[in-house]
Amino acid sequence: MTSAIIEVENLTKRYGEVQALRGVSFAVQEGEVFGLLGPNGAGKTSTVEILEGLRPADGGRVRVCGLDPQTSGDAFKQKIGAVLQSTALPDKIRVEEALATFASFYDHRRDTGALLKRFGLEEKRRAFYSQLSGGQKQRLALAMSLVNDPSVIFLDEPTAGLDPQVRREIYDIVEELKKERKTILLTTHYIEEAERLCDRVAIVDQGQVIVQGTPRELKHGSAGTTRIELRLARPEPDGALSKLEGVADCISSDGVYILHSTRVPQTIVSLVKHLEAQGNELASLEMAAPTLEDVFLELTGRRLRD
Amino acid sequence: MKHAWTLTKVRMRLALRNRAFLFFSLILPLALLFLYLGIWGHGSAAPVPYLLASVLSLTVMGSFWGLSVQLVTFREQGILRRFRIAPVSAGAMLASSILSNYLMTLPTVIIEFAIARELFHLRSWGNITGIILLVTLGTITFAALGLIVASVTNTMQETQIINQMLWWGFLGLSGATLPLPTLPGWLQTLAAFQPATYLVTGLERVMVGQVSVLQIAPELGALALSAAIAFVISQQLFRWEPEAKVPRRAKLWAASAVIPFLLLGAWESANGQLRAEARADYQSIAQPSRSDLPR
Repeated sequence: MTSAIIEVENLTKRYGEVQALRGVSFAVQEGEVFGLLGPNGAGKTSTVEILEGLRPADGGRVRVCGLDPQTSGDAFKQKIGAVLQSTALPDKIRVEEALATFASFYDHRRDTGALLKRFGLEEKRRAFYSQLSGGQKQRLALAMSLVNDPSVIFLDEPTAGLDPQVRREIYDIVEELKKERKTILLTTHYIEEAERLCDRVAIVDQGQVIVQGTPRELKHGSAGTTRIELRLARPEPDGALSKLEGVADCISSDGVYILHSTRVPQTIVSLVKHLEAQGNELASLEMAAPTLEDVFLELTGRRLRD
Repeated sequence: MKHAWTLTKVRMRLALRNRAFLFFSLILPLALLFLYLGIWGHGSAAPVPYLLASVLSLTVMGSFWGLSVQLVTFREQGILRRFRIAPVSAGAMLASSILSNYLMTLPTVIIEFAIARELFHLRSWGNITGIILLVTLGTITFAALGLIVASVTNTMQETQIINQMLWWGFLGLSGATLPLPTLPGWLQTLAAFQPATYLVTGLERVMVGQVSVLQIAPELGALALSAAIAFVISQQLFRWEPEAKVPRRAKLWAASAVIPFLLLGAWESANGQLRAEARADYQSIAQPSRSDLPR
């Protein structure tokens, strides 16, 4: 096994009264796409911003490419690329100017013309930043994060607020980077993104990593269950459905009941009998293999997206 | 420093695409030039150097607003943090603010001289070396003071309020608007405690009295000291992040910006040169047609 290019040990961070990180630990291997998956406010951005050197940690140890982001200064910045969550460029900067300006800061740089082409920004090269659409701005941000051909790329919620089509475009770009064996640390609260893009995922909640592994391992860890999602004509009292045969757990949220079953046929039969006895009716029923959402649900009792 | 030059070029381009910046750095100073020389000059060539010195001072002092205010917008919008991820230092960022301000003030200064010469019969350029030194040190001083305000305020609104308060002090208490000798004695004493007075008096002396660089050494020294200290302080105070609160240490730093001015003021009060010089220049042009000048 190669040595880790990102090492995070027992990271803690507090903002006033809020304990944002409570001992986060994980390691990312070279060439891996690693995801931090969790709801808003879980501590993903705090973690990434500490790794990028934008914030000091209160406690714990962090190494990126063997360097301490807080104390290594420009030597560290030369090696990383980042798409930040809350950032912008000046309204009146042209696309090609932005790229050329940032490229000029680095010792090792990529051909900016090729980057414009690759990110579909060639036609927009003379456009002002303020004239770009949300998707174009994000593609420019991605192109800018690559100007120094970095060893490690941080993508903090790269698709947040973008429409599904643009989101898929960004996925394609990340997948291409993956083929180039770039190390990528990605934060997201989209299940699809984590499952599709990440080699390994750490699920983060309330400032802690609650579980980590490959998406497949995590889903298998979900007790080998099948997810049954149903809507009923009338609400059932709490706990009634969890007593059905084969049901590992049951969570209700917004009128949707999510059951995890180890023995699906028995569960369905007993569900139908139960509803008949109660004079209740099934409005809809869906069955699926478990997703990372189910893993999160199982571990925290809450849904990933509020 | 290579990065500072790259940033300077970018920021100049951005400023030239900004109509508000063009208005304040070119149109407004030229409007003031026509107001001062055209109306208060009364067609006479005699007071032109004195009035031009005031207009030049206002142009130079304008760098107090200039690109430092833009830096607050950059910070609030999260633009600065994008630069922070790259190998760009706070020093390069600040130096680019000052340098781009300076390079964009120079054309206005040259246009002002050209108009004064062609339309208002300015007979002599004055001591050109002295003018260049004063304009350079003045621009650095006022741009750096603007950067200090930008660093200790949390929003654009706060910046505007503090800038306005200081700005009117610079304008009213320096001789740039009302000639210093026409102010009450205690206000003249107070004027020695702020950098604008040294800029205005210095420019008046090299343009009206046409004195040598050596003779304006105190003014140059005062501005150089202000510029150096203001730049160091602005570097100490610089903030990349919008949410980072101004630490108490920073407020102490900001407060320490007044120390050189207190020292200068005290020194000046003991020697009294500045007031005497301002009076001499004022009288040299005010005597023949005193009614030509604003009171």
